[in-house]
Amino acid sequence: MITPEQRAEFRKHFRYNVGRRLVLDKIVKGIVFACVMIAIIPLIAILVNVFSNGAGALTWEFLTTVPGAVGSDDPGGIGPAIQGTIVIIGLSSLMGVPIGVMGGIFLSEYGNNRYGRTIRFLNDVMAEFPTIVIGVFVFVLVVLTIGDFSMWAGSFALSIVMLPIVMRTTEESLKLVPVTYREAGYALGIRRWRVIMTIVLSGAKNGLITGILLSVARIAGETAPLVFTILGSSQFISGLSGPIDALPLRIWRLSSLPYDSAVTQGWGGAFILIIMVLSINIGVRYIFLRNKEKTFIKFRKQGRMS
Amino acid sequence: MVDSLISGIIPLKNGMMAIKMKKGSSHMDKIFKYVAIGAGTYIIALVVMIVVNLSTGSAQVWQQEGIGFLTGSDWNSVEGRESYGAFPYIMGTLVNAGIAMMISVPLSFGIAMFLSELSPRLLRTPLAMVIELLAAVPSVVYGLWGLLVFRTYIQDWIETPLHNLFGDQSIIFAGTPFGLDILTASIVLAIMIVPTIASISREIMLAVPNSQREAAYMLGATKWEAFRIAVLPYSKSGLIGAVILGLGRAVGETMAVTMLIGNTTGAAAIPTSLFQPSQTLASIMANEFAEASQGGLHLAALVGIGLILFLIAFLINVVAHLLVARVVKSHEGAVLA
Repeated sequence: MITPEQRAEFRKHFRYNVGRRLVLDKIVKGIVFACVMIAIIPLIAILVNVFSNGAGALTWEFLTTVPGAVGSDDPGGIGPAIQGTIVIIGLSSLMGVPIGVMGGIFLSEYGNNRYGRTIRFLNDVMAEFPTIVIGVFVFVLVVLTIGDFSMWAGSFALSIVMLPIVMRTTEESLKLVPVTYREAGYALGIRRWRVIMTIVLSGAKNGLITGILLSVARIAGETAPLVFTILGSSQFISGLSGPIDALPLRIWRLSSLPYDSAVTQGWGGAFILIIMVLSINIGVRYIFLRNKEKTFIKFRKQGRMS
Repeated sequence: MVDSLISGIIPLKNGMMAIKMKKGSSHMDKIFKYVAIGAGTYIIALVVMIVVNLSTGSAQVWQQEGIGFLTGSDWNSVEGRESYGAFPYIMGTLVNAGIAMMISVPLSFGIAMFLSELSPRLLRTPLAMVIELLAAVPSVVYGLWGLLVFRTYIQDWIETPLHNLFGDQSIIFAGTPFGLDILTASIVLAIMIVPTIASISREIMLAVPNSQREAAYMLGATKWEAFRIAVLPYSKSGLIGAVILGLGRAVGETMAVTMLIGNTTGAAAIPTSLFQPSQTLASIMANEFAEASQGGLHLAALVGIGLILFLIAFLINVVAHLLVARVVKSHEGAVLA
């Protein structure tokens, strides 16, 4: 409780020097607004640069052919990189998504105990982890054991990167499904695993898809783990093992070459990468934001009817 | 449907009927539960395996250099004269991340404050989305932009004037302004971690109950005063957690830093001047990996650097999550079991 003396003191404090305080308030507001502007400028600058420099590089040859010899007149294209990125995203989703979704189910449905809290905590820690360390780890575990760089090693590394994101978003969206839904299922005599697999998962479908797509957008741009696991190559995929190429890796290699054609190609690669990543992000947010409201309204209505 | 219900009704001895509705055996429930637990345990297994693998992979260099691997500053991969010390890169990482934090923390708090306190409702969602899009831009694109565009601006507009003004006598502005140095890398790194810190701080500030602000307004406080006396104290530990989380990201950021920091090795990489090329733990791994032969000491040294980076990042992240979790308490399962 605030005593009368304290209240009097507060009043005195706030009555004191009103003009100066209002000026200070204006100054702080100005600084804060400037912060927002400063943060947005780089995003605009990056987008403008990538779009203006990258769009010029786009031709059909650029998208489909193999890179030319370094320094030669024919710069070639980034076909193998695009192919490699698509293959790797597919494979790592195959490895990461089922485990991530099951882990999310564990956290949400069985995780209200000490063990669950431990895993939730480790999962949060892993989500912010330096991805290059994951690359080195997969290099020691897979590449050194098998003796060759391969798409499997790269996909395994990226599946570790996407796992915590999928797990986290799965848990969050499963928690949005009201407990009454589960209880209704139990009351009908449906076993718990069937309740989770049919009722809960279908209620949380949108959230699940959002999480998976966001994690795909994240791994599409990952470079560091790939340096250690797929190494990079200038040929299309020819077999199940052996080095392959990926878009971010190709951009990095191109950026270190001192030729104008390489720089143009680098911008072109960045253009494709950024279009991929941003379209997934914006698309998902647009759909999810709409559906999230719909989901809440749906749940609220049904809650009221019951 | 009705048929299956009727067939499930079993007459019991004392005339009562029991409805047998649960189809399938209860084993399935158990199996499902254990599969889910197994998927959760996979995370723990991964962390353990990372520690074990990085330790065994770098055992060679720890045997050879001992504790000198942490404190030494030689870096020589010529066969026969091999000598490795990670000290310059640890320093490079810390200095680089430190400068980036100095730039990005005030900026992010400003953004978070704008989004949680000042912004008109109409602007709030699109602006938060723009900030999150900044986080989604791949690291390598930031690096490319920094290398090809931003670097020349930094060199011409900031570094050269500062160098001309203070000259070589001042320590932190010494060296030829070349554009590929600690300053450029730190500024781009700062741009990259602003979204991380800003979006978490915003969440934490939004978690402050409105009654706190209303009480301050009732006493006649201006917006800034309400923020200072009502919001800040309430969200202090969470904000510190957000900062440390940003630090964790800054420490582990690889590609953009590798492309911008200039990449020197050995004692020359110990940072003294802002205009000096340096090296971080992550960037030396990315740079030298292609040169290291399998099974050699050089490779073991790089894996050892991975282990050091793992330990630093793990420590930072654990502390940060403990602080954030104390404020934002959304961390519970849906089903009480």
